[in-house]
Amino acid sequence: MGHLNANPVLDATEDKTMILNMGPQHPSTHGVLRLLLEIDGETIVRMMPDIGFLHTGIEKTCEAKFYQQVVPLTDRIDYLCPMVNNLCYVMAVEKLLGLEIPPRAQWMRVMLAELQRISSHLVWLGTHALDIGAMSVFLYCFREREDLLRIYEMVSGQRMMTSYFRIGGLALDPPLGFFDKVKKFLDRFPEKIDEYENLLTGNRIFVNRLKDVAKINAEDALAFGMTGPSLRASGVDFDIRRDMPYCGYENFKFKVPVGNDGDVWARYVCRIEELRQSREIAKQALEGMPSGSTKAEAPRIILPDREKMKTQMEALIYHFKIVTEGFAVPAGEVYHAIESPRGEMGYYIVSDGTAKPLRVHMRSPSYANLQALPQMCEGRLIADVVAAIGSIDIVLGEIDR
Amino acid sequence: MPLAPAITDIEQLKDRPVVADLLAWRSDAVTGARFDRNELTIYIVREAIREACARLKAQGLTDFMSDLTCADFYPREPRFELAYHLLSIKRKERVRLKVRLSGEDPSLESIVPVWPSANFFERELFDLFGVRFLGHPYLRRIMMPEDWEGHPLRKDYPVEGYR
Repeated sequence: MGHLNANPVLDATEDKTMILNMGPQHPSTHGVLRLLLEIDGETIVRMMPDIGFLHTGIEKTCEAKFYQQVVPLTDRIDYLCPMVNNLCYVMAVEKLLGLEIPPRAQWMRVMLAELQRISSHLVWLGTHALDIGAMSVFLYCFREREDLLRIYEMVSGQRMMTSYFRIGGLALDPPLGFFDKVKKFLDRFPEKIDEYENLLTGNRIFVNRLKDVAKINAEDALAFGMTGPSLRASGVDFDIRRDMPYCGYENFKFKVPVGNDGDVWARYVCRIEELRQSREIAKQALEGMPSGSTKAEAPRIILPDREKMKTQMEALIYHFKIVTEGFAVPAGEVYHAIESPRGEMGYYIVSDGTAKPLRVHMRSPSYANLQALPQMCEGRLIADVVAAIGSIDIVLGEIDR
Repeated sequence: MPLAPAITDIEQLKDRPVVADLLAWRSDAVTGARFDRNELTIYIVREAIREACARLKAQGLTDFMSDLTCADFYPREPRFELAYHLLSIKRKERVRLKVRLSGEDPSLESIVPVWPSANFFERELFDLFGVRFLGHPYLRRIMMPEDWEGHPLRKDYPVEGYR
């Protein structure tokens, strides 16, 4: 592993190899990832990922905002699962504040986070199959994703950049008819998964492109910092939701799919099973949805309801204060990690006791997972790179931030 | 749930396996410890960070490096505080190692030989904070363009950039 990137300049003086530039405008790099490949014929001798094309300085921007103003920024980190990002950020700030969240808000958060996991995995499945050459799967996946986007729109008013989770609870109580819609989707979904599996799991072309491709063993996967389904496919049985539960995950029953081979196929199988398990969790959350408030009792931190703000002097004052000067957070630092669809997503927040964070750092799972890509691809064919990129399910938005 | 006061007395934290092991290994390398909001932080002297990571890995106390990042406390000196977030999958426990760095000479040993996953994280800190990691295999900018001047995440760098 030490040889990785050991030599800064790819050396093409030997006449055997040549340098191939893949990306950043390549459809199968899932965004703006640039890969420098040193190839010998069709075989990859060395690979070097080049990132940063999407760097927008979100971490710097966070330092200039009030704590509650950071929530919409977190949507834009991993745009395939904005609510999971919101969840990680708000939980980190709640930990800094020592704030207790009512059970209804927790259950809602779990349910929506799992729906986000489903919609994120659907994008992965569609684009991964598209890269391999199975075009129609993409349309099937986006059909179900559309249903989910409508659900997010119903609850938050937005299809993608939802910003629905707030520090101390949720922005609003879910609207009438929302739970029926979720229930309808969850009831329908298992047969849709069967449909995808009918298209892919037994498809010999698909299987041949995936099996024994881009292998990585458990030891290397851990050394390179891989997490999430990509790590579990290598045989490491670790899921933060189960092993270090947060947000009430200890109340839900679900299995954590683990693979053995660490190849693209194992990652595919793990994620497909995760679709089923996420649906299981969302269903349990829906059925056991507690009643009560979706906001914690903390008037200095949480904006009052519109009705109260218009009728009560005190609520108006709190509203004014939170909007104009934010709320002070006790000094300290926290690192809060949750299981995003791609792996361990962590927020490291340092507070100096004022209303603006001193530092917000996002530990994004794709950033670490990408480091393992050269290990997977070196010695293999160029066509396998496309399968490997799809299998680690990277989102460039959270890599470059 | 009101916040419990932080424990900053290292004597009270000696029953924690990670603290106990590091103290038994080199008590001069540990300058302090803190237990706050259910998170354990250990302050390490800058010369010993790579060895401390290697020690914890060899002892089986941590088996995964989650995250490596930095915070700038400008104009206070030492201004940089690096935070290494280590995880033990076996014991299901996290620990944060911290190193303080001065603004004049922000450099320390790279931990890539111990944890290859630190590669990108160290490059990011070099790029955005200007922290130099000695012994890193490929210490070049990762986010900003190669010819960029300055280190954007430092506190003395304006949010809107230089115009």
